[in-house]
Amino acid sequence: MKTLLGSRKISRQGLARRMLGIGTAVLLGSLAAGCDSGDKKGLTVGFSQIGSESGWRAAETKLARQGAEQRGITLKFSDAQQRQENQIKAVRSFIAQGVDAILLAPVVSSGWDEVLGEAKAANIPVILLDRQIDTPNVDLYLTAVTSDTIEEGRVAGRWLAGKVQGRDCRIVEIQGTVGASLVANRKKGFEEAIATAPNLHLVRTQSGEFTRAKGKEVMEGFLKAEAPGSICAVYSHNDDMMIGAIQAIKEAGLKPGTDILTVSIDGVPDIFKAMADGDANATVELAPDMAPRAYDILLAYRKDHAPPPKWVQTPSKLYEPDTAAAEYARRKDLY
Amino acid sequence: MAVTPPPVVLAARGLTRQYPGVRALDGVDLTLRAGEIHALLGENGAGKSTLINLLTGAQPRDGGTITVDGVDIDPDGPGGAVRAGIAAVYQEITLLPNLSVAQNLYLGREPTRWGLVHRSRMNREGAALLRRFGLTIDASRPLSDFSTAVQQLIAIARAVDLSAKVLILDEPTASLDTAEVQTLFTLLRSLRDQGLAIVFVTHFLDQVYALTDRITVLRNGRLVGERRTADLPRLDLVAMMLGKTPTAESHLSRRPATATPAGAPLVRAEGLGRRRLVGAFDAELHAGAVLGAAGLLGSGRTETALLLFGVETADQGQLLVDGKAVTLRSPRDAIRLGFGFCPEDRKLDGIVAGLSIRENIVLALQAKRGWWRRLSTAQQHELADRYIKLLDIRTPDAEKPIQLLSGGNQQKALLARWLATEPRLLILDEPTRGIDVGAHAEIVRLLEDLRDRGMALYVISSEIEEVAAYSDRVLVMRDRAPAGLLEGESITPAAIVNAIAADHHTKGAA
Amino acid sequence: MNAVIQRLKAARPQLALLVLALLVNVFVAPGFLDLRLQDGRLFGGLIDILNRGAPVMLLAVGMAPVIATRGIDLSVGVIMAISGAVAAAGVNAGLAWPAAILAALGTGLACGLWNGLLVAVFRLQPIVATLILMVAGRGIAQLITEGRILTFTEPHLIAVAGATLAALPLPVVLALAAAGLTGLLVRATALGLFVEAVGTNPRSSRLAGVHTGLVLGAVYVWSGLMAALAGLIATADIKGADANNAGLWLELDAILAVVIGGTSLYGGRFSIGRSVLGALVLQAMRTAILRAGLPPELNLVLMALVVAAVLTQQSPAFRPMATRLMARLKNKEARA
Repeated sequence: MKTLLGSRKISRQGLARRMLGIGTAVLLGSLAAGCDSGDKKGLTVGFSQIGSESGWRAAETKLARQGAEQRGITLKFSDAQQRQENQIKAVRSFIAQGVDAILLAPVVSSGWDEVLGEAKAANIPVILLDRQIDTPNVDLYLTAVTSDTIEEGRVAGRWLAGKVQGRDCRIVEIQGTVGASLVANRKKGFEEAIATAPNLHLVRTQSGEFTRAKGKEVMEGFLKAEAPGSICAVYSHNDDMMIGAIQAIKEAGLKPGTDILTVSIDGVPDIFKAMADGDANATVELAPDMAPRAYDILLAYRKDHAPPPKWVQTPSKLYEPDTAAAEYARRKDLY
Repeated sequence: MAVTPPPVVLAARGLTRQYPGVRALDGVDLTLRAGEIHALLGENGAGKSTLINLLTGAQPRDGGTITVDGVDIDPDGPGGAVRAGIAAVYQEITLLPNLSVAQNLYLGREPTRWGLVHRSRMNREGAALLRRFGLTIDASRPLSDFSTAVQQLIAIARAVDLSAKVLILDEPTASLDTAEVQTLFTLLRSLRDQGLAIVFVTHFLDQVYALTDRITVLRNGRLVGERRTADLPRLDLVAMMLGKTPTAESHLSRRPATATPAGAPLVRAEGLGRRRLVGAFDAELHAGAVLGAAGLLGSGRTETALLLFGVETADQGQLLVDGKAVTLRSPRDAIRLGFGFCPEDRKLDGIVAGLSIRENIVLALQAKRGWWRRLSTAQQHELADRYIKLLDIRTPDAEKPIQLLSGGNQQKALLARWLATEPRLLILDEPTRGIDVGAHAEIVRLLEDLRDRGMALYVISSEIEEVAAYSDRVLVMRDRAPAGLLEGESITPAAIVNAIAADHHTKGAA
Repeated sequence: MNAVIQRLKAARPQLALLVLALLVNVFVAPGFLDLRLQDGRLFGGLIDILNRGAPVMLLAVGMAPVIATRGIDLSVGVIMAISGAVAAAGVNAGLAWPAAILAALGTGLACGLWNGLLVAVFRLQPIVATLILMVAGRGIAQLITEGRILTFTEPHLIAVAGATLAALPLPVVLALAAAGLTGLLVRATALGLFVEAVGTNPRSSRLAGVHTGLVLGAVYVWSGLMAALAGLIATADIKGADANNAGLWLELDAILAVVIGGTSLYGGRFSIGRSVLGALVLQAMRTAILRAGLPPELNLVLMALVVAAVLTQQSPAFRPMATRLMARLKNKEARA
């Protein structure tokens, strides 16, 4: 049914938002163009962002702006509203403006060869953020700064194995949207990590489509389908679904974090709040500071001209309740 | 006439078709011979349409056989019937108006070159085909550029070209003027002489006698009989159709002249008109009197009704109701003033197909009452049953979908819809169109009865004799403007025809 | 009483489907039908289906009259997101909870009015008219939530999804009450007749004096209101307004529910009750799939297959085809 209107996520980004985005982009672009002339020292970097579909994405954008300011970089920002053609247009416009480098968070993985070839011909390095692309020619980009999504799953699995020790543990998994490589990887990493512990059993897995509402519904289903008290832990591919699941656990009269252990991925503020309240046990952070990392790689590269590795992995750091309150305070304004 | 009867082309025996609750066709025979025009006659609900549907395979039959040239056919959809040599042309033309004439002629069998439609050849052959049918037109122009009559001829050309044994024409003359009818008849006679068997369904008895060789009469789904046209006097034919001694034509005698309606008119139009719709016309509608409107198709006769009922808003002149000027912006405004309107196109503008007879009857009254004052189910049933009885609407019950009724009964249901609102003025556009003799007379009698009970009537009709018979005054329209007003003794069919024809050369009345 | 029996008879296909879907649930999870009363609230598989199905039930209740007028409302999912965002932003900004709820419902009415104006006054095709809000609406909701999931702790707003009334979860009571009220509104007044008349033949209806513009406008306004209520429930359920995901694609579920309920997309006859049953059929199937423990990759495939089967069986072409096929088989047997 979801395919009835095609796979393009036209509804996710609204017209109003789009107009606002374009307005902002134009405004920022002209501002940037204004201060860029004459300032020989500062770099000018173009950033083609996917959109603002989630809090995490908004945080990534915010950190990109802050990081640029701190480093004296002029940032030209473009919001693609989930559309590849907008990103291609943005990259071409960056090339035409003669930026020093381009950051690209690709909305899809294929179809980039031509426009990246144009950037290369103009001698403008491109750094991929957050997601990889499919291309036979890895010379088209300088490097990719992303998390290791398999590692995220492994970190979650290892934490759980350590937490339950040798105790038998029946685990349920709430997946993200079926078909995404991210989902396959987070599942794979987690399964690898628990495979070493024979006392950990993954008994049920179902898609919660990355949303709170579906996460809650799926967890309700798990709680009904499994014998009461038999679920020992829940692993969710993102924090939002876990927040929904936590509500389902509470409504079933159980205590999340105690009766059922939780581990999820992303590190959004609300999960830290849940941990601080004792409702959640762990989250693996998907660091949103990818752009600042990219700036540092870029500055180093311009200085010593040594090409960075093709893949720079952001750390997959696990947080537990002990630091949750502080982490929440640190993040709540970022997202 | 040949001494040996010509060979039988099509023989249908014992055709039966059952609808829920109604046996629409009950063991009917039909015999068609090569080179004859065969009239298929009967009242509303006699089973003519059903018989045609079974012949063309549009509906499956529940019993009986059909043979063409001695071979049994099992028409499984219209394609099968076409293969067997049976083609039909309906009253509502079933071609595609947005395509060209040639595309319509060759739809589904376009001449091709290199796998593509060979457009120029198609246009050339189309034009040649039509020339054989007496039409010299540019076949590459869209069908909608041409008049109904020409479209009718094109439909016949396509049907004959597709399969040339049996041609069924369902009310082909309903929307043609006299000259066009003559053109059609010439064509049909020449097709007959080429050996085609033609079934001709009509409700114009004059045309039956002018054109056909043989007549089959149906009544209530059964065969009444088959006769040679030449051997069947008109009175006997009507008797066969009505199943009783005919009094049908008695309504055509003009009632004794009443005094010209006196007093203030209920509704008075003064120079009412709308640009590009109809030129300024005057009309006075009195309680207990009939204002007739006559004119050819496209004369503006229907448009006068649209303005009087608020379907279109006038941009000149004024409308006075009870002496007070009113502006009608929608039919609801007119209904509030006690007007009702039975439109010409029953299917498109009249009935709400899919809803029951009861719902169709109560619709206008309910709309007048507003959505919050619903007529209770009991009231609705009472209303529907009353009018079904009063107007003799032939249906097993009020809950049947209205589209199952025959044309005449649909018209009666629409009359019932307005009578239920107890209107002061009833506007009727072609109330007897496409309805045959019996129901025809009934409707006319009904209108006369309504008039006698004090209702004001505005009746638009192309049945000139009828208009002459029941109207107190006749507004004649021509070229989207009034062409005259006849009153009292001066209302005769000849006078009306003269007024319609006026400076055109006189057309013979049917 | 007779009318009730008649209505149940008319709903036989939908009831049969529902029973079938419930049987699958019982097969997947024995004890599914068990009901138990705990702390004054009923628990059990049936209650879960009603509870989870409440938003789509509400959408279907609003959608059925729209479809009956030969229209469609693609914006209901988005209206859910907007109304949820309004309610959440309202309580977070210190608005009293009744005011926040009224504001959310008012937003739904306003959205419906916008759709109604486009369709009834400006004569836009319904699919285009409502597509405008469908495309723009998520952006509006995001502007309200500033792109985040706007969580709230206002207990009364949370209670919209969490409270218990008459031993049933409040969403169930709300959905059933809305269905009942709508049913009453269309059948105890002449609105139902007008909706069906306008949907079948707008020209005839106008000539018969039906205020077609008002009828068209009204169904979209009502659909907007129902969507706003569904949005409140969805938002209260996760204690947060998720502008990106609330009601996402639910317009399609609602349309499907109405179609399963036997209303043709070509307008005309409709039934609120059967549309609600259609929504429950969908939810029962979803629940069965969720609980069957099958790989999630199969969810959509299974759902699509079941829906295709249901709709094919309802298609007017299917029955004559089946009868003819049977007749032919019989003929062959007879000849052999």
